[in-house]
Amino acid sequence: MLITCPYCGPRDVIEFTYQGDGNRERPQPASQNLDAWNAYVYDRLNPAGDHNEIWQHSGGCRAHLKVVRNTLTHDISSVAFARGDHKAAARHKAEGKA
Amino acid sequence: MSPRRTDAGGRIDRLRTIRFTFDGAPYTGHAGDTLASALLANGVTLFGRSFKYHRPRGVLTSGVEEPNALVTVLRGEVREPNIAATMVEIYDGLTVVSQNRFPSLSWDVSAVNQLGGKLLSAGFYYKTFMGPAIGPLKSTRFWMFCEHFIRRAAGLGRAGTAPDTARYERMNAFCDVLVVGSGPAGLMAARAAADQGARVILSELEPHFGGSANWSGETIDGMPGADWAARAAGQLEGYDNVRLLPRTTVWGYYDGNTLAALERVTDHKERPGKGEPRHRYWTIRAKSVVLATGSFERPLVFPGNDRPGVMLAHAAERYANEYGVLPGNRIAIFTNNDSAYRSALALKNAGAAIVAIVDVRPELSSEMRELADEAEAKILAGHAVVATEGGKALSGIKVQRFDMVNGALAGDPRSIQADCLLMSGGWSPTIHLASQAGAKAEWNAARQAFLPPKPTQQWIGAGAFTGSFSTAEAIAEGRAAGLSAAGGTGAPTALPVVEAAPGDPDPAPVFEIKADGKSFVDFQHDVTAEDVRLAHREGFVSVEHLKRYTTLGMATDQGKNSNIPGLAIMAEALGKPIPEVGTTRFRPPFSAVSIGSLAAERFGDLRPERLTPMHDWHVANGATMYSAGLWYRPMIYGHPGETIEQAYVREARATRESAGIVDVSTLGKIAVQGPDAAEFLDRVYTNMFSTLAVGKARYGLMLREDGLAFDDGTTWRLGDQDFLMTTTTANAGKVMQHLEYFLDVIWPELKVHVTSVTDEWAGAAIGGPKARAILAACITGTAVDNATLPFMGIVHGKISGVPVMICRLSFSGEMAFEVYSGAGYGTHVWEALIEAGKPFGLVTYGLEALGTMRIEKGHVTGAEIDGRTTARDLHLDWMLSKKKPFIGSAMMDREGLIAPGRLELVGLISLDNQPLNGGAHIVEALDEANPHDSIGHITACCYSPALGKYIALALVKDGKARRGTRAHISDPLRNRFGPVEIVSNHFFDPDGSRMHG
Ligand SMILES: [Zn+2]
Repeated sequence: MLITCPYCGPRDVIEFTYQGDGNRERPQPASQNLDAWNAYVYDRLNPAGDHNEIWQHSGGCRAHLKVVRNTLTHDISSVAFARGDHKAAARHKAEGKA
Repeated sequence: MSPRRTDAGGRIDRLRTIRFTFDGAPYTGHAGDTLASALLANGVTLFGRSFKYHRPRGVLTSGVEEPNALVTVLRGEVREPNIAATMVEIYDGLTVVSQNRFPSLSWDVSAVNQLGGKLLSAGFYYKTFMGPAIGPLKSTRFWMFCEHFIRRAAGLGRAGTAPDTARYERMNAFCDVLVVGSGPAGLMAARAAADQGARVILSELEPHFGGSANWSGETIDGMPGADWAARAAGQLEGYDNVRLLPRTTVWGYYDGNTLAALERVTDHKERPGKGEPRHRYWTIRAKSVVLATGSFERPLVFPGNDRPGVMLAHAAERYANEYGVLPGNRIAIFTNNDSAYRSALALKNAGAAIVAIVDVRPELSSEMRELADEAEAKILAGHAVVATEGGKALSGIKVQRFDMVNGALAGDPRSIQADCLLMSGGWSPTIHLASQAGAKAEWNAARQAFLPPKPTQQWIGAGAFTGSFSTAEAIAEGRAAGLSAAGGTGAPTALPVVEAAPGDPDPAPVFEIKADGKSFVDFQHDVTAEDVRLAHREGFVSVEHLKRYTTLGMATDQGKNSNIPGLAIMAEALGKPIPEVGTTRFRPPFSAVSIGSLAAERFGDLRPERLTPMHDWHVANGATMYSAGLWYRPMIYGHPGETIEQAYVREARATRESAGIVDVSTLGKIAVQGPDAAEFLDRVYTNMFSTLAVGKARYGLMLREDGLAFDDGTTWRLGDQDFLMTTTTANAGKVMQHLEYFLDVIWPELKVHVTSVTDEWAGAAIGGPKARAILAACITGTAVDNATLPFMGIVHGKISGVPVMICRLSFSGEMAFEVYSGAGYGTHVWEALIEAGKPFGLVTYGLEALGTMRIEKGHVTGAEIDGRTTARDLHLDWMLSKKKPFIGSAMMDREGLIAPGRLELVGLISLDNQPLNGGAHIVEALDEANPHDSIGHITACCYSPALGKYIALALVKDGKARRGTRAHISDPLRNRFGPVEIVSNHFFDPDGSRMHG
């Protein structure tokens, strides 16, 4: 399985660490809603098909990535920064060139 | 010249003689021979004994699918069993022995097994040895008695015990187009893709490129097929964008178009060239794959079909055309299809007499009749072979009239003298890789074969693999597949012209001739047609169950010959069409893979060793090193004659009396920097860090999201936006990942950068009543008095000219200082501190004394923060801020985490003055014979020089409330029982007067 890291390009899965279900919503830090916290900490989706996942490129740039992976075929249909923007990547590239 | 070697023909080099031995007897062959072709040329017919019945077996095939002629190859002390003789290229000095025979191949005592008839039929083991003991010959106990003898009698080659001295190598390759198989289809595909500029890898499991072109006797582009193939391969060699891999079996097709291949680099050589590995394990990531893997000819199932001298028709054709070997002089042929007629003609042309072509079909085409005439062979249409005769070699066959509509035999059996019988039961495309790649094969009634499924990954099929069995089709499909795989269209140019014998690719739907005698379906596992029917009678309906019950297709050849005939016989028994019975999915590997290649370059202990900057000093100064995770740390600095306990007690006592120094470089260190660093730490730690003054440190506790304790350590505020976090040695990596996750995924708006700086700093902790005086004696640039350096204060200065950062904090309970310098200066600063400490009686101490002093102080480590304890359990609730939320704050007060009855941290004192053991259980009432009702367990223990007692830390149910009460150690494993007193975990100096000084 290859994951195409937006920083580093296609890399073997051995360089990555699975960091869990990417669908989880963390409640607001001060929230006292235990049901919401419980769902966040313990509930996981387990679809047969496309799944939103968080992977960290721990053996590379260490960025966390939002990966859409098909759990039946291991096909990866999308990879994006978990931070949600590409400014970091752009900045990284600019610094690299400077 | 050997008795069966033809005078001319084939690609062997008759001028080069090669000497080898088989079962100790010397033989010769020629360069280009396989072990099988060389032995056949010498007139050898007996290659091995069968798995269960020890029946004599010859060679059935000429390739990778060989089930019978399995041998053990010896190289020095190393023996490699179960190698197909058809795949061994001979070299001078090759040493081979046969298998599964005792005492010798030609005289085998276990051959009596075959007289037993039903004795070893399907399910024999289950029926005889499983279940309760009823009578003397049943039950698993009886199995234990018989196992030794049966394992010796039934089996294949014996594995060696000598270590494998060969070297194996691993390669990763990327290409646009991987072509698997180099027959006419594969060669055309590789060329077409290469001409488009694609990066191409062409793999071939045989030593020579060309596949069937090497032996079909067909003409391509006006030249013999073998010459055409050699020219095509030679041209590909000239391409910079093509890599040719001969002797390379692609054996696995995995997700993402990743394929695994085994290259046998030097198995065919007397000795490897310089730097050459024995095998090379390739991981190939291909954008597109062309599967041109050809097809396997199927045996027919009839009584005696396993006798030496019975062979697949194309295999004999190949021995004659490619190796110049005649497998017999009087050859009979038994077929259900046209392809065997070409084989007949090839053997006739090579010098054999074709005594009969026995064809199950009543009507034959005029083309086949012409081919038979040309081969001077008599056709027996509508006939079948019902028996074979002979012992270790074939002497003749019996044939009978056969009605292929109902399988009935009629008329009297007729004998025909022959020393070789060729059979052809049709062809099965080699769809293994396609099946591995994901989809289910589809049955084609005309071809009587499973054809490849629709691709589920990026592959294209070509040639016989797709069921297109003629060379002309293979050439056309190969080029089209190569073009398409490379993403090209290409102008249509003329294809090479093929001159080939005619033939209908569709066989008659006949798999078995039912007559008296053992008819083998799976040759390697000795599974007969009757075994398959027995399984059906006993209620097995699924193919998967059939396989497991009879072991059909489960030998090392993975049923390459037997899958389809076995399925057909099962389908007939069930009264269902073959596609409804189904086929099993193929799994990797396609053929046997050396374990050495799988382990290549990745064996032994692969973990890195982490050494602190002062490591060499410790070793040179008498430290006994101890591995803690990846780190090596001094355990004790023992004096001659000291026990471990004596050494750590001396070190700890000296530290509390004067001063001690310990290497703390292994602590995890993370630089937390940025405008939001303080806010981030407030969220990460249970206590406040935004209120921490610059130049001060604070002890911090982290929880997990679920509210349980995670890690602890001190964090130092070096600047307004600059913190240095320390973690426990064991959790450094986990804490780093934890921080990165929250910054990247949960709070991307926080402007914080975290950097692991563990390896940038060397750390030495110096503690004890004299510690400050020692520091004062060697530090410049700063004072270290109480006013300048209060408890948890930080100063910068120089020691022996090197900049250092000093924080006054204490793990030992003494007044202590952590001195950090750049890692490269670690030993320099360490030695300066040792030197300055000499007049004060400074000692070096190791992990044992460190642990002892921390137990005396009741500090927690990973043994107590074990993933099950909460802050309250560890009496750290004073660190849980109520002014802010933090990671874990919402979940830490859940019912189960605050309920009574939880394990809480306590101290234990041994009341019988005997040592305590880590992991020992604690009980209220002692019952040595029947230990039960644990109320907790010991997490850490030592002899305390400060208390003069054996003490321990423990997690005990409602521990706080039990302080001052007695309990017992119950440790039946180590036979340690005894009374203890439960006390506070703060054994020594509970108010901290010593460290505050
Ligand atoms: Zn990356």
